[in-house]
Amino acid sequence: ASQCCRNRKPHEEERRVRANDREYNEKFQYASNCIMTSKYNIVTFLPVNLFEQFQEVANTYFLFLLILQLIPQISSLSWFTTIVPLALVLSITAVKDATDDYFRHKSDNQVNNRQSQVLIRGLLQNEKWMNVRVGDIIKLENKQFVAADLLLLSSSEPHGLCYIETAELDGETNMKVRQSVSVTNELADQNNLASFDGEVVCEPPNNKLDRFCGTLYWRDKKYTLTNQNMLLRGCVLRNTETCYGLVIFAGPDTKLMQNSGSTKFKRTSIDRLMNTLVLWIFGFLVCMGVILAVGNAVWEREVGSLFQSYLPWDPSVDNFLFSAFLSFWSYVIILNTVVPISLYVSVEVIRLGHSYFINWDQEMFCSQCNTAAEARTTTLNEELGQVEYIFSDKTGTLTQNIMTFNKCSINGQTYGEGPDPLDFTPFNPLADPDFCFYDDTLLESVKVGDAHTHKFFRLLSLCHTVMSEEKSEGELVYKAQSPDEGALVTAARNFGFVFRSRTPGTITTTEMGRPVTYTLLAILDFNNIRKRMSVIVRDPEGRICLYCKGADTVLLERLHPCEQELMNVTSDHLHEYAADGLRTLALAYRDLSEDEWEAWSESYCCADKATSCREDRLAAAYEHIEQDMMLLGATAIEDKLQEGVPETIAVLSLANIKIWVLTGDKQETAVNIGYSCKMLTDDMPEVFIISGNTVHSVRQELRRARERMIELSRTREGGKEEGIEGWKQLQCPPPPPSNLMDNISGEFALVINGHSLAHALEADMETEFVSTACACKAVICCRVTPLQKAQVVELIKKHKKAVTLAIGDGANDVSMIKSAHIGVGISGQEGIQAVLASDYSFSQFRFLQRLLLVHGRWSYLRMCRFLCYFFYKNFAFTMVHFWFGFFCGFSAQTVYDQYFITLYNIVYTSLPVLAMGIFDQDVPDQRSLEYPKLYEPGQLNLLFNKREFFICIAQGIYTSVVLFFVPCAVLSDATQSTGEPLADYQTFAVTTATALVIVVSVQIALDTGFWTVINHVFVWGSLGSYFSIMLALHSQTLFLIFPNQFHFVGSAQSTLLQPVVWLTIALATTICIVPVLAFRFLKVDLKPQLSDTVRYTQLVRQKKHGRLGARGGSRRSGYAFAHQEGFGELITSGKNMRLSSLALASFASRHSSGWIDTLRRKKPTHVQTPPRGSVPLEGSGCCIQQPPPALCSYGNQTE
Amino acid sequence: MMASSYNAKDEDGHITVTGPGGGAVLRSKKPENTAFKQQRLPAWQPILTAGTVLPAFFIIGLLFIPIGIGLFVTSNNIKEFEIDYTGADTSSPCFNCSQNFSWNSTSPCTCTVPFYLEQPYESNVYVYYGLSNFYQNHRRYVKSRDDSQLNGNLKSLREPSKECEPYAYHNNKPIAPCGAIANSMFNDTLELFYNDPNGTSVKILLGTTGIAWWTDKHVKFGNPGGVDSNLSAVFQGTTKPLNWRRPVYELDSDQSNNGFVNEDFIVWMRTAALPTFRKLYRIIGKSSQMVPTLPRGNYTLEVVYNYPVRSFEGRKRMILSTISWMGGKNPFLGIAYITVGSVCFFLGVVLLVIHHKCGNRNNGAEISN
Repeated sequence: ASQCCRNRKPHEEERRVRANDREYNEKFQYASNCIMTSKYNIVTFLPVNLFEQFQEVANTYFLFLLILQLIPQISSLSWFTTIVPLALVLSITAVKDATDDYFRHKSDNQVNNRQSQVLIRGLLQNEKWMNVRVGDIIKLENKQFVAADLLLLSSSEPHGLCYIETAELDGETNMKVRQSVSVTNELADQNNLASFDGEVVCEPPNNKLDRFCGTLYWRDKKYTLTNQNMLLRGCVLRNTETCYGLVIFAGPDTKLMQNSGSTKFKRTSIDRLMNTLVLWIFGFLVCMGVILAVGNAVWEREVGSLFQSYLPWDPSVDNFLFSAFLSFWSYVIILNTVVPISLYVSVEVIRLGHSYFINWDQEMFCSQCNTAAEARTTTLNEELGQVEYIFSDKTGTLTQNIMTFNKCSINGQTYGEGPDPLDFTPFNPLADPDFCFYDDTLLESVKVGDAHTHKFFRLLSLCHTVMSEEKSEGELVYKAQSPDEGALVTAARNFGFVFRSRTPGTITTTEMGRPVTYTLLAILDFNNIRKRMSVIVRDPEGRICLYCKGADTVLLERLHPCEQELMNVTSDHLHEYAADGLRTLALAYRDLSEDEWEAWSESYCCADKATSCREDRLAAAYEHIEQDMMLLGATAIEDKLQEGVPETIAVLSLANIKIWVLTGDKQETAVNIGYSCKMLTDDMPEVFIISGNTVHSVRQELRRARERMIELSRTREGGKEEGIEGWKQLQCPPPPPSNLMDNISGEFALVINGHSLAHALEADMETEFVSTACACKAVICCRVTPLQKAQVVELIKKHKKAVTLAIGDGANDVSMIKSAHIGVGISGQEGIQAVLASDYSFSQFRFLQRLLLVHGRWSYLRMCRFLCYFFYKNFAFTMVHFWFGFFCGFSAQTVYDQYFITLYNIVYTSLPVLAMGIFDQDVPDQRSLEYPKLYEPGQLNLLFNKREFFICIAQGIYTSVVLFFVPCAVLSDATQSTGEPLADYQTFAVTTATALVIVVSVQIALDTGFWTVINHVFVWGSLGSYFSIMLALHSQTLFLIFPNQFHFVGSAQSTLLQPVVWLTIALATTICIVPVLAFRFLKVDLKPQLSDTVRYTQLVRQKKHGRLGARGGSRRSGYAFAHQEGFGELITSGKNMRLSSLALASFASRHSSGWIDTLRRKKPTHVQTPPRGSVPLEGSGCCIQQPPPALCSYGNQTE
Repeated sequence: MMASSYNAKDEDGHITVTGPGGGAVLRSKKPENTAFKQQRLPAWQPILTAGTVLPAFFIIGLLFIPIGIGLFVTSNNIKEFEIDYTGADTSSPCFNCSQNFSWNSTSPCTCTVPFYLEQPYESNVYVYYGLSNFYQNHRRYVKSRDDSQLNGNLKSLREPSKECEPYAYHNNKPIAPCGAIANSMFNDTLELFYNDPNGTSVKILLGTTGIAWWTDKHVKFGNPGGVDSNLSAVFQGTTKPLNWRRPVYELDSDQSNNGFVNEDFIVWMRTAALPTFRKLYRIIGKSSQMVPTLPRGNYTLEVVYNYPVRSFEGRKRMILSTISWMGGKNPFLGIAYITVGSVCFFLGVVLLVIHHKCGNRNNGAEISN
């Protein structure tokens, strides 16, 4: 029922929409709200689909061959030898396209038939989405999808605000606020809106999601419209009872649809190599054609012209040159089987099979989240076996983004080591049951009322920006801005200092079961430079106290001098914690007298009100009060890694894969994680940190890092390399010789900051950065933006001819996932943005090792073996014609029966090689995880490259020579045991064909390393099918029905009964196989690959003893404070009080219906996909731009 | 947020608020644990080790050498005699015939070629004619036939296939049999005479049947109108191929060897794979009168020279051969077997030496990672 009409209008300059005036709006023929992602209908399917398919070069090529074959003078083969495979391929593709389109039709229909309430003639009527027109006024209710791009007219909420969730559009999960123009908001209800006749003049449809400019003309007044007034299709209305909107863009003109371009089609390097090789083969084909055509010309002139008494020239072909020309095309037809159409089909089938194996793998199934791994693209599998660089997101990918309060140090006493988790419930009814702590001495200390311990937890319960919500008595839910804070407040809660609620001026807690309300005097907010936050509170007794938590480096400087001893002890604890990869904070307090507070309060107010340099003045004020503090202790929070992350990283780096972590986190956090997941180790001679703020300093730092690397690796290698000496003198502004950098063997690591990265990515620094970074084993980029993530990936793609893989879980990883050769999405965490953009998805980072080392490796191996064999078998098959050409007057006579030529690639030899391509294994999966070095051949592209290709081709040609000349020599004089000669054409054809089938079957048997039942069935089945089909085709029955089609009647029976024929076949097979066997044996015997050795020693299990190097001695600050600035202010102003309930509205999980999915993949017929990054996000609007919706927007909601 | 990360998600999601605990029991999406899906099918994993490869080489060697010797000996026991009667040399008895050849001449040119058999030929002796430089395997030649017509289809008899062009029609009459192959049928007549030492010349009886494939004779070729039809009547309205002297229904007086099922014709129609070929012409059956079939001594080959080959430098031969279980004389096969067998054996030895000298035998040792 999709009666969408797609009449394309000329380019739209501007859009005019008048509300409630369909007649007026119809003049402009704006697109209706009906969308159509399907490509065909029943009538157009066949022509359109065929047209599309013939846009593929391969298909057109085969069509061209088919046409050639219809010319009798050229046709060296019957037309069906080409049409059968071609029809097979076309119909398989057509069926697939038809099914896809059927589902698109279904989802289109479903979407188009959704109901929405439209205001028509003052009445709300239910209309299907597809019947909504531009200029209609729609009523939306909470949790409804926005049906088209609307101008928000009025809302049930105060100030015309309305909240939307845009996750579908841009992947951001936070809610956004939109506001209607105040004049329209006053219209409020449908009666007034029905008479609204404002006219909107705005920009034409475009794909810029964050920009809209237009003007509303109403009652002789102009109102500027911006994106802030728009509700876009695809958004969901939230926390807003109802709202009304005017349809501005509908259907295909909506921003959602304008953005649904086709995703970039990724090709694997094998694909590209294959295409190159196919081109070479075509070149080769043309060469052979030319050689044979020249031969034909010579033959026709020297022999053919004399032979005319028995074989006259065709009247139309009366000279040898024309004959040679035709012969060229004839040979192109019969030699085209060097690249049969089945190559492409088989490759697709194999990849599909590998994808299924990935989907089916139980070991990549996560039972907690009930998700199996999914290969979302089926075309990239073998590239998984060639990955050299992994770009990983941190939060949610390496870590679970769960912080747990793990250890603490209070008054010089460290807690946190214990055998069993504590049970808090008897002690504290308000405790969070999920909280775990392992040291009961701490609980004892709380119970006995140790003053320091109490103060410690009081600090934790007061000094934070967490919001709480108490749904029912005692059921507390904390909404923390960072999970660190949540963990700390939860810890305090469990130890009896329960944060209950807050108002802008107070904090209510329950301390050891006793409710206490503190007056919140000030929040000295966190920022990146201060690296600490403080609160100043007045307790019920009236005492004023400053509580401060922050990075040890900054906090310890601000302690009271008498704290020296405690400071040393605590500092040791801090280093211990940091060494364990924990995120640490130091805690301190300061009692303030009323006078001190008054004085400071005044200066603070003054600074707060300052118009110029407010930030600096505030900072100075904060600095002033945060002095002479008393140290309380330190906390250690574990940023929980995903299961198996360190092990996975260790295995992957053993496989020579370089891992780069790209994270938005701060440097300290990122480095911490780097250590805890064993990317960075203490064995590393040096971890370089690049954090310069200017181009110059970044360049300096990079240079210094390189010099240091060379120096260190030279000392390690004892200065063997001479080039290094000369390097320092030769050092000139351009990067040092890259080969020198390639040789650096040390295990270095590089940490680079976002702003430094921005400089490093500039054009003239690129190479310098790449050569430095690529010499490192691990690279951590912190504070990077999503765009930079993509840039880094692109950079490596550009400078290193290496396969890159990006893995991430969030919307900010999408760009990186799309840029990399392979994108992997972690599912089941932060929404499905990353998964939708990815090529593979699973739910645990650790599955990556299985995906790469097992599936990727196998896929690569199988694909390489498949290609080698495939080219071999087709050359062996086809080149026989070439040799025969020299004996049949270059007349393009085929050696084989035409049915054999038709069926060879699709029946006789297709299944065994498919079975090998799908099921082959050289070593079992556990071994490839055990010996990650097995992954290296893929990275070095050793199994299928131009050299291997030439070897295959040479082997194929050798086989063809044997297959032609051995029967030729044997049969030319041989006779049957009844005296009839064997040298007739048909016997020769049957003998050669049988020998060929047997030789290639023996060869596949040699190539197959993993003989499952299926392989056996396919290999033996193919041989069996060859003989049975041949006997059937040569049978009397078929001949008597079609005497002109089956010329070979009786040949098979007669030929195969001859012992000489079998002796010939055995001889040819031996001559073909023996050298291969000898060569392979020598290779395995003299230069065994690791896989050969592993295969050999499969039964001898080697116990690997993982070296557990204990870390120690390194003094890093483990400070972590994953905060954003500015939250404190919000709290004290009370502006975010609404947020707590708002943000808590659970974003329920959505399930995909596949509709958007198909939309994403839809080939753009008219929609232009913007080039990457061309969609401006901020501040490039042409008209008044309101600040992007941020947290402060919610402030307007204060009741 | 960056723009390129935009990705239209599921606009459709009807928000179903089902908490992780609530609602129906979640169906586990865990993949099935079958050997096939987990890629753990039991499998045989052959490895090329010295233990398997080297014996294979020796076995091949030891198999091939005796077979080769057997083949070679058998082949050597077969007697074969070949005589070229093209008449290319002036000294050749058929020189005149080959020089003065004309398709239109009514009187056949005959020449006699004497030869001497040094060994007696026992058992059945097979007479072949051989042609050289004759491209029976040329594409245009191979396809220039109408199997339907040859099978006795009356419609095809009247309307020969286009493939037969330019030998499909002559004077608006369909040619039977049509096509270039039929047209160029070998039509020399060869006769053998044994010159008895006592001076008499004995004509040797040449069997004309049993020279074609059974399927050819009984399935592929058939006369129109069935076995017992009156051939001259059936072929009424067709014309003989241009080069032929007699129409197809006069090839033999024997009804079962006449028309399309004439064995000489069938043999010719089975095109050769290579430009030099031989075709079975006659069989000299073992008879009780002459033991051995062809005793040693002088013979005369009498040729009715109808078939010109000189124009394209072709050669014509007559071959006499006895036969064994493996067919005629074929020294190549035996030699090839012996050679391949020896090479395999030799390779086996070389590989064995290499394996012992420098083979990687610490296979069982630790694999360094």
